[in-house]
Amino acid sequence: MTRVHDMGGRFGDGAVVPEPEDVKFHADWHPRALALTLACGSLGLWNIDVSRHARERLAPKDYARFVYYEKWIAALADLLVETGALSADELAKGEGSGESPLAAKRLAADAVAGVLAKGGPADRSSNITPRFAVGDAVRLRSLPENTIVDGGHTRLPAYAAGATGRIVRMHGTHVLPDSNAHRLGEAPEPLYAVGIRAVDLWAHPEHPNDEVILDLWDSYLDAL
Amino acid sequence: MPHDHSDHDHPHSLLPPDPALRVKALETILTQKGLVDAAALDEIIDTYENRIGPRNGAQVVARAWADPEFKAALLADADPVLAELGFYGRQGEHMVVVENTDAVHNMVVCTLCSCYPWPLLGIPPGWYKSDAYRARAVREPRKVLADFGVTLPADCAVRVWDSTAEVRYLVLPQRPVGTEGLDEAALMDLVSRDSMIGCGLAGPQ
Repeated sequence: MTRVHDMGGRFGDGAVVPEPEDVKFHADWHPRALALTLACGSLGLWNIDVSRHARERLAPKDYARFVYYEKWIAALADLLVETGALSADELAKGEGSGESPLAAKRLAADAVAGVLAKGGPADRSSNITPRFAVGDAVRLRSLPENTIVDGGHTRLPAYAAGATGRIVRMHGTHVLPDSNAHRLGEAPEPLYAVGIRAVDLWAHPEHPNDEVILDLWDSYLDAL
Repeated sequence: MPHDHSDHDHPHSLLPPDPALRVKALETILTQKGLVDAAALDEIIDTYENRIGPRNGAQVVARAWADPEFKAALLADADPVLAELGFYGRQGEHMVVVENTDAVHNMVVCTLCSCYPWPLLGIPPGWYKSDAYRARAVREPRKVLADFGVTLPADCAVRVWDSTAEVRYLVLPQRPVGTEGLDEAALMDLVSRDSMIGCGLAGPQ
């Protein structure tokens, strides 16, 4: 089984509504939610996979009714309490009690540009030989689930599970989210772009020549 | 206290339900704890409101149209080329540029969340993060393109890139015909944000 965020291929969502390029946010609190989330990332209490998983494991009804930045702020509050940076009592009272021992790690205004420019690369040097090469046929894992942690984070979308495709690009060796999201280590693996024909994904593909390409880790794939 | 949360394991439900008040409350607590600095928040917001946005990507596309060697290097290995232009950073650490041709039209989506090349395009537009786009782009890209007023020739294949890892994709749209005499600045004006996601075509905006 999968989680509510895994919505690729779902029916019933209606039209996509374009918007002008100069619209950056849709409410005054949106940029604040973005900035709070990024600033708290600098406290070093979680990695990007932990934070993605925190959004995904919101209750399905919350995930569905929350607008985008509500998901961010809810996941941020959850992570801050889970990591001990804030207490549930502080959230309930709306008041912080005393300076945190983590205050020394607070992101300073003059450090923002450097932190954003530095990013967080996910590739790792490795002596792992990739099992596959460009052109190889592969089958994706049939269950779109984390095989390490029950109900855990994975980046294998349900719509592609079990499908067959071919390797179209090698990305090097990248951190495995299925492990890193649960603080079980980065467990880097070869990462590939895998092309799957639309006719192999959908009962009613729009066009016989169309395809979808996903980035998938070595352990998501079997030789065909 | 009455509330509609069945899941008591989620501490966020302790915050006020109104989203604007939630954010305000969390910022207040974090500031009192010394964990965030309001000036840093302002700086982050200013960066993505005013400094990092789709004109960065448009500059790359215009250069690629004007300079064949630059384009070849960009398509072969984008990261060093983009780093030289200063377009590296958060959510753009591993870039791949995919070229639209008469035979193939590329589109980019993130069905699982909202992965997007921030250093080149800024933060994603609302529609890119919407359920409708995330759900439909992989299954019916041509109907999604129709929502943007784009119709592809029947012999053009669609390749949809689902950004499931930390690799970020930028579409290099086709250069409009009749633009041979234009310089890079004029070419940039033809490059919309949507054309670099694959949901539009380059041309007069």
